[in-house]
Amino acid sequence: MPDNQVATQDLKHHFADLEHQKATSTFGMWIFLITEIMFFGGAFAAYLVYRLYYFNAWVAGSQTMEIKLGAINTVVLICSSLTMVLSVHFAKLGKRKLTAICLLLTLLLGCTFLGVKAVEYHGHWMHHEVPGPNFHFEHEGNYDPHQVMIFFSLYFAMTGLHALHMIIGAGLLIWLLIFNARGRFTPEYNTPVEMVGLYWHFVDLVWIYLFPLLYLISHSHNG
Amino acid sequence: METISHTSQAKPNYLNADYGLKSWLLTTDHKRIGILYLISISVFFVLGGFFAMLIRLELLTPAGDLVLADTYNKLFTMHGVVMIFLFLLPAIPSVFGNFLVPMMVGAKDLAFPKLNLASWYIFMIGAGFIMYSVITGGLDTGWTFYTPYSTTYSNSNVVAAALGVFITGFSSIFTGLNIIVTVHRMRAPGLTWRRLPLFIWAHYATSVIMVLGTPVLAVTIVLVALERLFHFGIFDARYGGDPLLFQHLFWFYSHPAVYIMILPAMGVISECIACFSRKRVFGYDFVAMSSIAIAVLGFLVWAHHMYVAGISTYAALIFSLLTFFVAIPSAVKVFNWTATLYKGSITFETPMLYVFAFIGLFTIGGLTGVFLAAVGIDLHVTDTYFVVAHFHYVMVGGTVTAFLAALHFWWPKMTGKMYPENFSKASALLVFIGFNLTFFPQFLLGYLGMPRRYHAYPAEFQVLNVLSTAGASILAVGFLMPMIYLAWSLQYGKDAGDNPWHAAGLEWKTSSPPPTFNFDETPTVTWEAYNYDEIDAPGGPTHNKGVEVAG
Repeated sequence: MPDNQVATQDLKHHFADLEHQKATSTFGMWIFLITEIMFFGGAFAAYLVYRLYYFNAWVAGSQTMEIKLGAINTVVLICSSLTMVLSVHFAKLGKRKLTAICLLLTLLLGCTFLGVKAVEYHGHWMHHEVPGPNFHFEHEGNYDPHQVMIFFSLYFAMTGLHALHMIIGAGLLIWLLIFNARGRFTPEYNTPVEMVGLYWHFVDLVWIYLFPLLYLISHSHNG
Repeated sequence: METISHTSQAKPNYLNADYGLKSWLLTTDHKRIGILYLISISVFFVLGGFFAMLIRLELLTPAGDLVLADTYNKLFTMHGVVMIFLFLLPAIPSVFGNFLVPMMVGAKDLAFPKLNLASWYIFMIGAGFIMYSVITGGLDTGWTFYTPYSTTYSNSNVVAAALGVFITGFSSIFTGLNIIVTVHRMRAPGLTWRRLPLFIWAHYATSVIMVLGTPVLAVTIVLVALERLFHFGIFDARYGGDPLLFQHLFWFYSHPAVYIMILPAMGVISECIACFSRKRVFGYDFVAMSSIAIAVLGFLVWAHHMYVAGISTYAALIFSLLTFFVAIPSAVKVFNWTATLYKGSITFETPMLYVFAFIGLFTIGGLTGVFLAAVGIDLHVTDTYFVVAHFHYVMVGGTVTAFLAALHFWWPKMTGKMYPENFSKASALLVFIGFNLTFFPQFLLGYLGMPRRYHAYPAEFQVLNVLSTAGASILAVGFLMPMIYLAWSLQYGKDAGDNPWHAAGLEWKTSSPPPTFNFDETPTVTWEAYNYDEIDAPGGPTHNKGVEVAG
């Protein structure tokens, strides 16, 4: 198929040209990411308020976190960002096979992250650290266990919402893989890969904030 | 006129481009999606009005004799939830914003047509959840979902309603996102920012609030739902949780949400007042920038809903001061509209009647807002009918009035038909009289100390309550009339022609109803907004407008 024919097929009727279309999509994606910042921002605000209220409980809760697993997951996500940006790069060059490999690697790393997260959740479950009637927390320190429950509430809410975003991202990657296999992406038209890339990096970035706030920042304090 | 109407009938437009339910439900045409929204929100408006009528009927007598106290709690809650989330928030941006923004900027469609259709489906799904909560016994938390009542004590179906509000929030985010990107990226050649209609500036400011505020409400509702389902303890004082944190997060969205409701209304007023005064809006730059100022300041005032909730006095004073600041850009608008009238050739078509109603009612609603922003007065009237009257003057006297102005002003563009002017003037009058009779007594009631949200009250308040209920029935007639005569006009209305008002603005430069892609060719803009002096100049298109209308 000649290039200009591909271009007309990909160009939506209300845009002047493909460049206009791509710039518009990118702009829209950035606006969407701003809404995501505000979405997580509400939860981060709650975290900040309660950390100031109940510092000792925060330290006690934070010290039960598996730093090793968290660190592994951080590395996994950073690697997935690399493979994601590579797949955008290869899609722009029109290298279908390499794009597919990188997308697949990103997907695998994303699933690895979710798997490790599930192991962590299971650990919390076994230690009765899931908020609710069966919540039970006894470690040394000067705090009210109820306050630690709030820490865990926010921990599960924030990492849970993050994991939900990862799952949605995984779905988007599968969609890209199918479209890539059908040869829909060309050097002229690869906007979806770039859009999913922006989303994926954003979700990684959320974790980059969650990891220190939930695992690291209170670790060396004595409760 | 006859020949014009025949040619516009024959011309393909967005209404006759395709037929059948499927062509509507799968459309990506912003105009058709606007119509889908118009139909949906009209249904919810009637439903919310039905709850309001039951409330007013209960309050006709001092004793709680029509409904039980519990039922009454559900009635005012469902009135609030339906009116705010399913009518006021989407009313102007999703109907007229959808329909008009692409045409006003000279584009073929919004930037993301599929996202636009998705936003309607998301809205309907969210509305479905809210309706589910309504039919499975109703909701009794008040529209504000205050914790810990909503998370722990309420026996009504909170989670379904909260989920519904969460979901409709995304339709609002997508509409806002679409409008922002469209205004930035889809403007016609020559249409610089300072040539944009003020309707666009108002919608741009609205969209910024939608995009920044709504996600915070979303995450707040997630936390409420988690708390209610799993007893997380985040907002539960028994576990050290802070119910006030909920109020902060909730009002961080819900106060700016008030501006989501009023800013687009202000955009409508700017368009109508310029057209029916035949003048450029006085102080265009100030009116445009005041929209942005309202959007920014609107995010800094939320805690004025919480003066008596236990925030510190110093915080209350600062929020009080910041709230006074918001009055400035609002006043800039009112003064500039009034100045626009000066030496204008004013005519009194129905949209203009609503404009006059808006300016008066919004001024009362806005100024009583300044009273409430003052901590001392607020302590006296908190949770009284004074507050109820205040926000109804803004929401009904402001937003609904502007919605009706918009509906009449752009009805000829949307349908190609004129509405019957005599009926519409009569209904505008009924709305104005009925509205004031309903809500002005509530200012007095509130100041005398009648609390809101009770189904019974002391006998000395009855006279004012009877006035209010009587006004509500007049208001109901005023609202029902347009539904009837507008539907009638679809079949029997006179053909409108492309520009019955001789209005400026790109949307009037295409045919009525517009073709699917809005313009036969993309327009190039070489004129300033509201160039009525050029339009009406000798030799201009509408010189001797009066003669033409008579002919």
